[in-house]
Amino acid sequence: MKLTCLSASGGSYYSPASHLLELEGFRFLLDCPIDLSALAVFAPVPLAGDAGGLIRAVPRYWLPAAAKAGGVDAVIVSSATGMLGLPFLTGLPGFANTKVYVTEVAARIGKLMMEELVEMHYEFVRYYGPDTDVSPKWMEGKEFNELMSMLQKAVIEDKENDSACLVPLYSLGNIEECMHKVQPVKYGEEVCFNGIFMLKASSSGLELGNSTWEIKGPRASITYLPSSVFVSAHALDFDYSSLKENDVILFSDFSSLNDMDEDNEKLNEHSMDETDSSLCHYSVLRDDGADADEKVPFVCNNDDITEEIERISFICSCIFDAVKSGGSVLIPIGRLGVILLLLELISEMLHSSSMKVPIFVISETAEEIFAFTNALPEWLCKSRQEKLFAGEALFGHVELLKEGKLFLFPHLHSKGLLAAWKEPCIVLCPHWSLRLGPAVHLLRRWHADKRCLLVVEQGNDAELSLKPFMPLAIQVLECSFLSGIRVGKIDPLLRMLKPKFVLLPEGLKSRCPIQEVPWSFFYYSKGKTIELPNLREEFEVHLATDVAFRLQPRQLNETTAVARLRTKLLVSNGRFQLASAEKQSDQSKRHLLHCSTIDPGRLLSALQEKGMVCSFAADDSSTASECSVLITSPGDALVKITSDRTVIYCDNERTCNQIYDALSSVCKGI
Amino acid sequence: MAIECLVLGAGQEVGKSCVVVTIGGKRVMFDCGMHMGYHDHRHYPDFARALAAWGAPDFTTAISCVVITHFHLDHIGALPYFTEICGYHGPIYMTYPTKALAPFMLEDYRKVTMDQRGEEEQYSYEDILRCMKKVIPMDLKQTIQVDKDLVIRAYYAGHVIGAAMIYAKVGDAAMVYTGDYNMTPDRHLGAAQIDHLKLDLLITESTYAKTIRDSKHAREREFLKAVHKCVSGGGKVLIPTFALGRAQELCMLLDDYWERMDLKVPIYFSAGLTIQANVYYKMLIGWTSQKIKDSHAVHNPFDFKHVCHFERSFINNPGPCVLFATPGMISGGFSLEAFKKWAPSEKNLITLPGYCVSGTIGHKLMCGKPTRIDYKDIHIDVRCQIHQLAFSPHTDSKGIMDLTEFLSPKHVILVHGEKPQMAFLKERIESELGMPCYYPGNNESVSIPTTQNLKMSATERFITSCAVEQGKRSLHKRNLICGTGLSEVIGSDEEAAEGILLMEKHKSPKILCEDELLEVLGMEQHLVQFEPMVSRIVADVESELQRAKAADLDSDGK
Repeated sequence: MKLTCLSASGGSYYSPASHLLELEGFRFLLDCPIDLSALAVFAPVPLAGDAGGLIRAVPRYWLPAAAKAGGVDAVIVSSATGMLGLPFLTGLPGFANTKVYVTEVAARIGKLMMEELVEMHYEFVRYYGPDTDVSPKWMEGKEFNELMSMLQKAVIEDKENDSACLVPLYSLGNIEECMHKVQPVKYGEEVCFNGIFMLKASSSGLELGNSTWEIKGPRASITYLPSSVFVSAHALDFDYSSLKENDVILFSDFSSLNDMDEDNEKLNEHSMDETDSSLCHYSVLRDDGADADEKVPFVCNNDDITEEIERISFICSCIFDAVKSGGSVLIPIGRLGVILLLLELISEMLHSSSMKVPIFVISETAEEIFAFTNALPEWLCKSRQEKLFAGEALFGHVELLKEGKLFLFPHLHSKGLLAAWKEPCIVLCPHWSLRLGPAVHLLRRWHADKRCLLVVEQGNDAELSLKPFMPLAIQVLECSFLSGIRVGKIDPLLRMLKPKFVLLPEGLKSRCPIQEVPWSFFYYSKGKTIELPNLREEFEVHLATDVAFRLQPRQLNETTAVARLRTKLLVSNGRFQLASAEKQSDQSKRHLLHCSTIDPGRLLSALQEKGMVCSFAADDSSTASECSVLITSPGDALVKITSDRTVIYCDNERTCNQIYDALSSVCKGI
Repeated sequence: MAIECLVLGAGQEVGKSCVVVTIGGKRVMFDCGMHMGYHDHRHYPDFARALAAWGAPDFTTAISCVVITHFHLDHIGALPYFTEICGYHGPIYMTYPTKALAPFMLEDYRKVTMDQRGEEEQYSYEDILRCMKKVIPMDLKQTIQVDKDLVIRAYYAGHVIGAAMIYAKVGDAAMVYTGDYNMTPDRHLGAAQIDHLKLDLLITESTYAKTIRDSKHAREREFLKAVHKCVSGGGKVLIPTFALGRAQELCMLLDDYWERMDLKVPIYFSAGLTIQANVYYKMLIGWTSQKIKDSHAVHNPFDFKHVCHFERSFINNPGPCVLFATPGMISGGFSLEAFKKWAPSEKNLITLPGYCVSGTIGHKLMCGKPTRIDYKDIHIDVRCQIHQLAFSPHTDSKGIMDLTEFLSPKHVILVHGEKPQMAFLKERIESELGMPCYYPGNNESVSIPTTQNLKMSATERFITSCAVEQGKRSLHKRNLICGTGLSEVIGSDEEAAEGILLMEKHKSPKILCEDELLEVLGMEQHLVQFEPMVSRIVADVESELQRAKAADLDSDGK
């Protein structure tokens, strides 16, 4: 078993880590996100002013590291964002027979995200014309290098190689091709890959359709554990119970490496009293007291969700202040869960203060996403599932749309948008990079108004992303959201899952206790391959009882018996089944395996015991190493014995077998 | 080891489906239905008798889990009775739509029987709610570990929204209980879908054990033509249905037709229930057919355009209309009320579902066309048109045979059908498919032997040698052991591999290659060759020659 970490740079919600796992000679690619960091050095279109010294051209994107890893047999995807880089690869020859495993919901959201990205990117093409140059002029300039260093990307080790990794975006055709390879699954559905592997996705709790994966090979079971959230306010909770007792855990949750604790303090400075009422109203809290496992309450307490709701409520209060002062609010956040929660909490806040401020969601995919988030109860947290059973809409946005408080438009230039438009307003739209989509135009419109508010997510280089919009008067709220397992919960989680090996990111080495743990740690870092020792040398097989009953075992000594076995091996669903083979093997030659030497004298007496008339052949050429036994009854036969071989001359098959049996009995052979 | 199958209901009849299967020491109850044709003790399966036979102190210890296939009353009707009155507290599984919609069916029926017939109420509304709270919802294809040994999985059955076929497995013993299923897609649901599974037992419904139906399209057209003719003649159409399933399918059909033909005649739903049910259907669109999902990414097909607001007094209004009224089979409730009002006029039309339980008005209308119906103390003159819906959400005989052949179980048990037809189907399954088939009556049980396997380890060399042996003829060596199907058989007999089974005291048995055994046990190899007698002479001559040659060489050397 070998693991190569291909990318860990982002390790975030938008760009999860990517790995290459080699198992029993098969290659699995675990996640293939798109790295959009290069986008920040391109000026958004239409150009305005000096564009902050950014590149004025159709942007290019980092080619996923997996492209250089050669072909893979299967891709296992844990989230919609984890598949956005796939269309770059699926056309390559090494991916011709590759299968992509991903949950139904993640596949659907992923496809929409890819299409939206292509659509937004097309705005650049319309402005500049198509990007056809193999190596555009801007790539050679000194300016480019400066900008790249501005990006502070650790990747830039080899500059020549570097610009070759910047490629044009994929097309809608590539997306189509990629989606053809997708095999969508449900949570808890066991799928078989190549007969010997069983793959199973379970909820990871981070987002709708996000999953952890269990990869069960014939000799090892592996848990692929991407960023996970124990208790979620929208997605089905992290289903850790289905991951118990797998041999290896590939811990790929990088969220705790980002400094979240600091942000919490920042948030804590602001008041939290006002949030309590809304918490109760949406009843996203639940009691998990009934769980029997004593460690569960600690891991799964509601702290995380409470904090998350508090964070979002705080954002809501900032939004509320902005609209009260007459400013509009722009929220270019790409997290579906956060958007859905924000909508519920904002509308609640506006309703309770009887303010009428329209909320717009401007995105190509909004209508479809909003329609289908209300039709996937199986993928939602327990409290939302209860809404199904009570006959209520699963999310608040259904009611908001009906009441005319929320408007969905695919584009800023969509029909009807102007008629509905009223400022101040609250707008949720892509894209978080502030280089693509309606966010660019709206930020241009509002950037000089100090009453307005821009809500961005921490982690992106805010200074760089806001560069083309300078000077700014708009208020900017940087916020962070719960994105994975807290450091403090890693150890209790591992203790519950009881693995034998844990693969941990190098960066977490200092943060996780290694004393007194019953498993061994391996640490991985980007670009390096680590090899794990085999857990089991042998395969588990199932032998049908009808085959077993037909075996003819021979006792070799007090403690050992052996039997010759002739079977067919059937492999399916990760199970090795030995079934009976009707036809016997070629009879003319057999290997006899024996412990003691073949003594002609004993053979003679054994044959006589079976009622045969026999004697040593009076052969003139007899030497010490060769000896012949002549049989005259029940049929004619001659047995020639040398040190490494015996030849039985006989025309009667039954006699043949009898001689063979006698021979094997004298030497304890089979 | 054996699988023990006890039929508590729907044995040689339709109604109160309930089968308890003991598999690998685990007892699983499939469905827990009521019989709508009876109002005495035959209403529910005979639980007490079963419990006595098991010798268990209570149902919770006797039964590992209950699995409900779909929300029809003959499959779920006795569940609140079983949990709240008989006191079963173990796990209950059903799909998300079944859990969401079952309370409606139960409450609807409870109200009908309570209000209209004054029947003694068996369980209360609160009982239904308490019962449903205990239900664990499941998704299709999801593998659910009920306990350490018992695994269950639901497959799409297509019969009504959320209907499932249930796969259950303990150790090597595996079985499928189909519930009701449909092998042809209908307007809003897909056809039943299941994997190739290795099964010891298949328990299948056999409602249409003898019938083979023609194309669905023609039958839909017939229905639309009858409805159109009636309303254009100023008549009223009464469609008695249960709130869920058939109502939605027919309404989709009519809504579509109304749109195409630009009809203005109102379509009504008698109960707020059906309208409420549509709200659920909108959230459960993922459980309808792929076709609907694909063609309605944004618009929801359960937003009916031509359905109008309805009040009870409307049944006295003049002019044409179409009314969906509950319950189906006209066994009481509002459909009976409307029937009483509308049946005496020739202009009107009553549609009947494909199947009606005996004892209901629907059943009477189906068996020849009576001109007068006496129901309890009421006399109704029947002059209206009657159209029997020829489409049923059940599979026909061909579908049952197809599914049975596809799954190739070692044994088949038929339930949910009528005795003579079941006998006919049993013959077909045994003669055409060569599988032993049974159709036990209520409270009878059937025992079925199961296959067993021994678990052991095998060395990598052995596995590789098998794979090489079997792959010799395979062009795609890479895909040698490929495929997700269970019964994937690789290679023919000639490609069998040889190995040695090594059994040592205090160690688990192990399979290895010959040469590995030599290493392990320090044995030697000795080749045994079989030759006909004739070749002995040849060999003698050869050795003679060789000796002569050697002698020559010797002499030459000298």
